[in-house]
Amino acid sequence: MSAQPGMAAAEREWKRFTPEQRFLRFGFFFFVVAAVVWSLKTIQVIPEFLYDAPEQVKDFFERMWPMDTAYYAKSVHAALIETLNIATLGTLLCMVFALPIGMMAARNLVPFWPLNVFAKFLLVATRSVNTLVWALLFIAIFGPGALAGTLAIAFRSIGFVGKLFGEALEEAQKGPIEALTATGAPKASVFIKGYWPQVMPAFWSIALFRWDINVRESAVLGLVGAGGIGMAMDAAMNLFRWDQVAVVLATVFVVVIIAEVVVTVIRKRLI
Amino acid sequence: MPAASPRVAFPPNWPARIGWLVLAAYVVWATAQLDFTWERFVSGIDNGSRFLSRMFPPAFGADKVEMIVKGLTESLQITFIATVLGIALSLPIGLMAARNLMPAWVVWPARTLIAVSRSFHEVVVAIIFVKAVGFGAMAGIGALVVGSIGFVAKLFAEAIEEISPKQVEAVRATGASFMSVVLFGVLPQVFSRFLGFATYQFDSNLRHSTMIGIVGAGGIGGTLFAAFQRFDYDFVCAILISIIVLIMIGEIISNFVRALFSENLSVIEWFRRKAPERRDKAVAVVEG
Amino acid sequence: MTMTDRSIEIRRLTKEYTRGVPVLKGIDLTIKGEGITAIIGPSGTGKSTLIRCINRLIDPTSGEILFQGKNLAALQGAELRAARRKIGMVFQEYNLVERLTVMENVLTGRLGYMSAFDAWLRRFTKTDIEEAFQLLDAVGLAAFANQRADSLSGGQRQRVGIARALMQHPDLLLADEPTSSLDPKTSVEIMEIMAEMAGKRNIPVIVNIHNVELAKRFCQRMIGMTGGKVVFDGAPSALTESDLKAIYGGQDWLH
Repeated sequence: MSAQPGMAAAEREWKRFTPEQRFLRFGFFFFVVAAVVWSLKTIQVIPEFLYDAPEQVKDFFERMWPMDTAYYAKSVHAALIETLNIATLGTLLCMVFALPIGMMAARNLVPFWPLNVFAKFLLVATRSVNTLVWALLFIAIFGPGALAGTLAIAFRSIGFVGKLFGEALEEAQKGPIEALTATGAPKASVFIKGYWPQVMPAFWSIALFRWDINVRESAVLGLVGAGGIGMAMDAAMNLFRWDQVAVVLATVFVVVIIAEVVVTVIRKRLI
Repeated sequence: MPAASPRVAFPPNWPARIGWLVLAAYVVWATAQLDFTWERFVSGIDNGSRFLSRMFPPAFGADKVEMIVKGLTESLQITFIATVLGIALSLPIGLMAARNLMPAWVVWPARTLIAVSRSFHEVVVAIIFVKAVGFGAMAGIGALVVGSIGFVAKLFAEAIEEISPKQVEAVRATGASFMSVVLFGVLPQVFSRFLGFATYQFDSNLRHSTMIGIVGAGGIGGTLFAAFQRFDYDFVCAILISIIVLIMIGEIISNFVRALFSENLSVIEWFRRKAPERRDKAVAVVEG
Repeated sequence: MTMTDRSIEIRRLTKEYTRGVPVLKGIDLTIKGEGITAIIGPSGTGKSTLIRCINRLIDPTSGEILFQGKNLAALQGAELRAARRKIGMVFQEYNLVERLTVMENVLTGRLGYMSAFDAWLRRFTKTDIEEAFQLLDAVGLAAFANQRADSLSGGQRQRVGIARALMQHPDLLLADEPTSSLDPKTSVEIMEIMAEMAGKRNIPVIVNIHNVELAKRFCQRMIGMTGGKVVFDGAPSALTESDLKAIYGGQDWLH
């Protein structure tokens, strides 16, 4: 077999990366390893707690089972409805803010860069503060309860929805917009008839996606006193009623799965 | 066509109209449940202004800075360990959950694990871990690892399900073993997306690592929550500013890592790309 | 080096994707261990299925495929992989791993010979790399070694596909419509390269092809299939218009 037609070519080297790439990659992996080693060394690991863990977990599940199903009707159901209201109202409220800010952030729609930068700053700011922190802030203002939770969900979501909506606007096709502008349509009409039909599916789909996330997020708001199913969980935990906690966890699991399925189905019909 | 009926250019869209009505009715009902009153709003404005005035100037005294640094350091450590561990576990779990590569008896356990990990917020998982391994960073790491699996493994599995089977077929045809097919036929197709998920998860873990302290799972969240409860609002403000700065630095780092691996950019190219015209640059800086 | 037997024998091969609807209806073929054999026939007649049954990208329903003392149709696991690495394949849409470089794609041909761990670290032997360079020289693409496969044109990709298949040191080369996605000039070039490189190495080639003229020009034997059966088998010169009518049906297209 003559697989090698006797070429006298000097031995050629084949390397996957250039030296610089290799250096950077090596540097990255070195950094990761160093960071993990440093973290493991300084973090407080109490071995006794770790040895104990399997037993604790076993104990934990034993206390959870059987579930106190009566707790559902007593406290969980009302709290669940509140959670869903917080998530839904919060998402709707967020859209009221996210729509104009997202538009302001889109460079093709608002060709004035200081406004773009300002809008993007607002979006980053609301995203950078965690929902729980927003909740704590609103509790400090309006007192504990679902109101603080709703506002927290709304404010945290503005950045998310606004950013994605702004990006969708920037990706809108130029053709229809130029055509409308050419007819001499006023700017508002150009937006309503040119941009909106293009980005509407994206907008609703983003909002639904965020609603799905918000259902999950609103379940923990109660831990800091901002209403919803987390309150029921907190109450049960404070009394060490793990069989009741289990009911709450099971409810959250089922609701989150249902929300995800609902969102998937609606999005499929939207797109 | 009925003779006399006038033609309508825009027929009324009844399902949409009914949808809007139902939505409006829901909003009215749900808002009523919040028991939001005018007095509450007025006192809220009042509280809010007092609250804001107490937040400024933020308290950056030496003792406070020490507490912030300690808390943030722990958050960062939790993030590092949880991200590395979470991603290392997500790779095989995501692969097992891909229906186009694996038999059903492997897929379903993996998908169930992912669904359970995804359903609970990191803070809820942290509570369970606090119970299992006690207060502190260990619990936080556990919680974030679970969260990472829920996110990265799920998206990884979905990315694998969308790959081109032709490229995989070609590698199989060379007689490569299953692992080699995965390495040469599957991973190259999903690598850049996986990198996106992984770096996003790093950012996400960093955010959550600053929160899980609220339930005693380590990091700066504990300090923050305590400051809230003491109405120590200028310290709260200082902590929040520090957290935001840390998160933004984190995002810059993950953008760099993405560029390094997926686009094989050199450092010079990266900086060159980061210096476009003035307007874009300003936007890019704000975006972190 | 003694030549291993490179002939292949197919016996009563059938394939049903849905039960009771056979795509291949008992194919019997013996193909000598040299030269190019072209399979022609209308779309959907089972040509691709036949080729894919040989290296078992598709599992046949029944029948035998005898190659080097083994029944390919019955192989499993490691034995199947060992057989596959001796059978190179060139695909219609090239099927290169687009995000890997040209070099990595060519070296993919060695995966059957190395551990996954070495493959992961890209620890190919010096001889493998040198041979890959020589193959790229032969197809005129050495300068592209470090480019990503998706930056190449169709003809260039198919050349890489051929190099990848030859990198396996195959005893048989399968080509499934290797020119169907290419323009006429490039098609001829690809067939030339394949014929020349396989000929030099004494590798028999089985090629599915739509273009009858191209098939006649390069192959030594033609097999005409229609409706899952072989209806013509002989030298290209023996292929008459009435044979073509039998294979493709109708006659308007002939003139």
